[in-house]
Amino acid sequence: MDALLLARMQFAANITFHILFPTISIALGWTLLFFRLRWLKTHDEAWLMAYRFWTKVFALTFALGVVSGITMSFQFGTNWPGYMERIGNIAGPLLGYEVLTAFFLEATFLGVMLFGHGRVSERAHLVATFLVAFGTTMSAFWILALNSWMHTPAGHGIRENGEFFVQSWAAVIFNPSFPYRLVHVLLASGLTVAFVLAGVSAWQLLKGKANASTPKALRTGLTVAAVLIPLQILAGDLHGLNTLQHQPQKVAAMEGIWETERGAPLLLFAVPDEATRSNHFEIGIPKLAALILKHDPEGEIRGLNEFKGAKGYEHPPVKPLFYGFRIMVGTGMLMLAFSWAGLWLYRRRAWVAQKLPRPLLWGLAGMSFSGWVATVSGWYVTEVGRQPFMVFGLLRVDELASAVPAPMIALTLALYVTLYLALLVAYVGVVKYMAEKPVEMHDAPKTEPVGSAA
Amino acid sequence: MNWETTLPIVFMGLMGLSMLLYVVLDGYDLGVGLLLHRATDDQKDTMIASIGPFWDANETWLVLGVGILLIAFPKAHGMVLGALYLPVALMLVGLILRGVAFDFRVKAQAVRKPLWNFAFFAGSGLAAAAQGWMLGRYITGLQEGWIFMVFAAAIALLLPAAYVLLGAGWLIMKTEGELQRHAVKWAKLAWVPVLIGMGLVSLATPVVSETVRGKWFSMPVFIALLPIPLLTLTALVGARAMLNSQRVLGKLCWLPFTLTVSVFVLGAIGLAYSLFPYVVMDRLTIWQAASATEALAVIAIGCAITVPTILGYTVFSYRVFWGKATALRYA
Repeated sequence: MDALLLARMQFAANITFHILFPTISIALGWTLLFFRLRWLKTHDEAWLMAYRFWTKVFALTFALGVVSGITMSFQFGTNWPGYMERIGNIAGPLLGYEVLTAFFLEATFLGVMLFGHGRVSERAHLVATFLVAFGTTMSAFWILALNSWMHTPAGHGIRENGEFFVQSWAAVIFNPSFPYRLVHVLLASGLTVAFVLAGVSAWQLLKGKANASTPKALRTGLTVAAVLIPLQILAGDLHGLNTLQHQPQKVAAMEGIWETERGAPLLLFAVPDEATRSNHFEIGIPKLAALILKHDPEGEIRGLNEFKGAKGYEHPPVKPLFYGFRIMVGTGMLMLAFSWAGLWLYRRRAWVAQKLPRPLLWGLAGMSFSGWVATVSGWYVTEVGRQPFMVFGLLRVDELASAVPAPMIALTLALYVTLYLALLVAYVGVVKYMAEKPVEMHDAPKTEPVGSAA
Repeated sequence: MNWETTLPIVFMGLMGLSMLLYVVLDGYDLGVGLLLHRATDDQKDTMIASIGPFWDANETWLVLGVGILLIAFPKAHGMVLGALYLPVALMLVGLILRGVAFDFRVKAQAVRKPLWNFAFFAGSGLAAAAQGWMLGRYITGLQEGWIFMVFAAAIALLLPAAYVLLGAGWLIMKTEGELQRHAVKWAKLAWVPVLIGMGLVSLATPVVSETVRGKWFSMPVFIALLPIPLLTLTALVGARAMLNSQRVLGKLCWLPFTLTVSVFVLGAIGLAYSLFPYVVMDRLTIWQAASATEALAVIAIGCAITVPTILGYTVFSYRVFWGKATALRYA
């Protein structure tokens, strides 16, 4: 295998492992703030218990996000030396602002948030909790600005030596796909956390390990999921329309449309074949793809065969996009079904968690990390859909060869993958173990600022 | 002086500051990690409690330092990290193990705690040794040849000793009783290797580079620069003398740590003077390696606002956790 392919695999492995944890910590930070505020308002210890337990999950998740993120900061340079040479003037400041406005903020106030109670006032502690959540969200803002720019570049110029430079920062940051992508990703984070909350709570109920906080976390999770999933379907649809406008070949691959056609069906299943340039075993709903993408049953969608470069067809690989998209949408549909059914049943049972039917609880427990499945598959669709470009339409991936010898990349790739798999197993195992353990409440702080309590 | 000349200097300074802060701050963390296997189980908890609220932010200085290298000096980034690819990977593996062990050791099943304690120790050691190797390679201008490898290997052993001295100093300051007395003993053990290491680093650069030799050993500059090595030696000797005194267990508990930090600061000043204006010794100057002036200006504006803010809330966080370390409990 050549160095470029290995460098890509290593980067993909790293960034895939990394994204799992920010996806949880972004929305979980805000959830913790909500739990804390509920406790201060109601003085109901169950909310404090929820805060305590989920803070542990947050700390663990955050640590994994930090260490895998540090790896990323090195790999931008080691795996893509050409990347910074060509688009460093754009990527550099965006990454720099992420470190300066997000990483330090969340890392510093995390210490105060986790361990500072009793040393700072309740108000200062709340502010620290807010700043941690805010920091994680700012981080998403900057990194998605850069990521979106790579899909829909704007606000830049290109010098004769191929170096990109900025003409308008506003146009670079708020590039055409950025608002859609940011909303889609933040909602994905919210849904991921909602299902982790509901799933872990369901597991506690199933194992007879529920505590006072379990019904509250379950209700929070189900409510958030039930509210966010329709919003996510809408946001996803708008994001898709935006993609159709800027990257039509990506949408054609997602839908498995080879020839430009009117009234294209929505394929529920098929086996796309790039050799014959057709699909096998198609099962589809007539005209639905056209209706969704063009809001017109007779609308025209451009097929993959239209996209040709100097060396023949030039479009992203079809299979990963076609299947990845269906995995994401399928998971989303399951999320819709489970959150609405769950919330409805929970309400019918007068919010008594113990009375919930066990099949529902098993389903929710099984869905605990469904957000990861949807996020990663959706993200693969969009990033693989950018191929063969690094910066869409302007800079090809194969122009940015890695300078490191292939065997060295292979060695470190094996090292990282082994470590990541072990850590992933350890993470899920420890979350399960913590869920089955009682929450320590022996030193519940008073609601008043410390000092006046005693 | 125009912006094209000035901004690379500003970023060199900022990068140097980040790296120095990283080495000092994560240095004491890693040093505490390296000492972990010498402590009893209760002491292990106290030791980790003393660094728990800080490690994450401490590590972020590394991200900023490497980030500035990547953003402001992309050509140097390629040259340095390309040459140090394997030690960088090993350091990252070490930092990953150490970082996750913080949480796993108290959250996983009790029977697994020794395993995660070991991961904490081994990760700290791997990261520190890899950083020593990289430092050794970097200050000899990344030259190939067995003598440079031997030198790098020596620094790979000696930098962890310097971190141990910092970590032990931190523990003397942040703990009490038996652990504090142990820390004094550990600091004494680390002191000799640190002295050797400082000597090696100080001698290597002028031997390797004619440029550096010219910069230090010519009159009257030599006299003017003499305070740097003399102060370093004084601080080191002072730290060692303090360790024999009972007062480090009481009121002066902060002194060994402060003196060790000043050794690092003086070392960094000396190194910066040796290197400037090179970012890779004798091969690449900061101006050759710098990004476009517009890109640097955009980040400089951000840095001017955020870096003082970051320093401000870092001080706040250290003040919140001022005094002797207490058991870590989630609020």
